[in-house]
Amino acid sequence: MAMLSVDHLSISFGGLAAVYNFSMEIEKGALYGLIGPNGAGKTTVFNLLTGVYQPKEGIIRLDGQDITGLPPARISHAGIARTFQNIRLFQGLSVIDNVKVGLHESFPYGTLAGVLRLPSYRKQEKAIDDRATELLKIFDLDGQRDLLAANLPYGAQRKLEIARAIATKPKLLLLDEPAAGMNPGETTELMNTIRLIREEFDLTILLIEHDMQLVSGICEELTVLNFGRMLAQGRTKDVLKDPEVIRAYLGE
Amino acid sequence: MLKTIGKKYGFYIVIVLFWLLMTLLGNAGMLTSHFSSLLVPMTYYAIAAVALNLCVGILGELSIGHAGFMCIGAFSGAIFSLLTKEVLPGGLRFFLAFVVGIAFAALFGFLIGIPVLRLKGDYLAIVTLAFGEIIKNVLQAVYLGVDAQGVHLSLDMTTFRMEPDGLTLIKGAQGVSGTPRNSSFTVGIIVLLLTLFLVHHLMDSRDGRAIMAIRDNRIAAEATGIHVTRYKMLAFTISAAIAGAAGVLFSHNVTTMTNISNYFNYNASIMLLVYVVLGGIGNINGSVIAAMILYLLPELMRGLNRYRMLIYAIVLILMMLVNWAPGVQERRRRLKAFLKTRLTRAGKEA
Ligand SMILES: Nc1ncnc2c1ncn2[C@@H]1O[C@H](COP(=O)(O)OP(=O)(O)OP(=O)(O)O)[C@@H](O)[C@H]1O
Ligand SMILES: [Mg+2]
Repeated sequence: MAMLSVDHLSISFGGLAAVYNFSMEIEKGALYGLIGPNGAGKTTVFNLLTGVYQPKEGIIRLDGQDITGLPPARISHAGIARTFQNIRLFQGLSVIDNVKVGLHESFPYGTLAGVLRLPSYRKQEKAIDDRATELLKIFDLDGQRDLLAANLPYGAQRKLEIARAIATKPKLLLLDEPAAGMNPGETTELMNTIRLIREEFDLTILLIEHDMQLVSGICEELTVLNFGRMLAQGRTKDVLKDPEVIRAYLGE
Repeated sequence: MLKTIGKKYGFYIVIVLFWLLMTLLGNAGMLTSHFSSLLVPMTYYAIAAVALNLCVGILGELSIGHAGFMCIGAFSGAIFSLLTKEVLPGGLRFFLAFVVGIAFAALFGFLIGIPVLRLKGDYLAIVTLAFGEIIKNVLQAVYLGVDAQGVHLSLDMTTFRMEPDGLTLIKGAQGVSGTPRNSSFTVGIIVLLLTLFLVHHLMDSRDGRAIMAIRDNRIAAEATGIHVTRYKMLAFTISAAIAGAAGVLFSHNVTTMTNISNYFNYNASIMLLVYVVLGGIGNINGSVIAAMILYLLPELMRGLNRYRMLIYAIVLILMMLVNWAPGVQERRRRLKAFLKTRLTRAGKEA
């Protein structure tokens, strides 16, 4: 059974079909790319998958469970985590607290335990701190743990978003242009990190990316969107050779 | 070790020292009776400011009706004390009056939160503003009493008939009278310390992180699995409850509670907001300091009648600069870093 299976998904905004008849299957453990020109509807697909938008038509299944139309928090609990194209960190919180928010569901001591500092608070907060520190280490952010998230450099902010997403223990991780604004060196490093976390956390990854170096470097399969419709789908090698895809990217 | 204790509990210690100083000065007869009478109100305004900062600075929702929650706490606590004046011993009764006042204020916070907090946008400001005005006006018009025949409730003086042995609780515009004067500076300080303890510990727990995450980025918080409505309700209800506690202190500090619109109107809510903004939005201890200074200042300057408001305005501006101007903030940060290196060096040498 596929980890994610999307069936004939559609949504429109004021008559504009932002995504139309979109289907895809992603196998467990895959590293899958979603590409297409600006305004093609890629981010809209992410917003549909994570419950930010409700689809007009179609079904979304995660690991066999129908999650269509669930609110975003429930979808997170079901096992989808994401990052955002325009970074959305908790700017007023420290770097480590951003990750700790991601651990919220995993360590569910009660309000009273928290206020009264009961043993369950101490024990779980210790575990939360350890876990968050581990995650920061993976992204080489442990040196900045007490910095305000807003004060991190841009590339580090992108990494922190991924760390926070992984903290929710997702089955499927959605990355919206993770390499945007990074230089080639940082991009290569990011590619290695993405491969690493897939192994380490047993993840399935779907990513949106414009950087073809990254896409051809790590994605095993691709779906290409153009004007809200699927243009091509299949193994990365084949899709990138598809004349229709080349035309869409280079223009007529 | 000493440093972490200082960082965590320093402000509590400052408050306790302040309490000690005032108490000693008071016992030595060195405080004017006017000044002594300001101490209890100072504590309940500080408590109410902390409550509002929890709502505005930590949750990130603007409320301009927090005086309304104080009002609820004040009345429900006072009515409880009147009803149990003969049967309960003073200490226990006052404690239970807090429980009642807090519970009612929390209930109203909860009920207002249900429809409003699930909306996206600044609806809370409008609704709390309306709530504050309505509650004050209703409580000013209501007649409430109990006698052998049961509870009497009326909006009209002429139809409000009580048996001679009945107990009038709220007498329209004349308000509530006969409330035992249980509030004292010491109780006020204890409630303030408990409030700070509650809010700081809340902020430093998973619930607090969730609340601040919602404030910083609602969409990301949802995507991270935070149940937004639940945590907004939690923070707002606690905020209302704390304001209720401030109200209980208020009503037990006067034997007769009349002219309530002077204390619980729109201006009072705005004044609390001024305390919060000048103390630093999201800075809980700052709210306490701002409330104390800004409450005492105009009262202490009554002698300088003509210049009072002028000085007040200057202090407001100065506080705003100290807290918000980027240049001053930068200098403050540098001073802090400087002191820190100095202290650690001194610590090593010692
Ligand atoms: N909430 C919305 N309301 C109206 N139109 C929207 C909304 N969200 C997306 N759209 C429209 O849907 C289309 C697809 O947008 P989307 O953000 O999904 O593109 P994208 O493929 O992610 O592009 P980019 O590469 O620039 O990020 C665009 O025309 C956009 O204007
Ligand atoms: Mg996009």
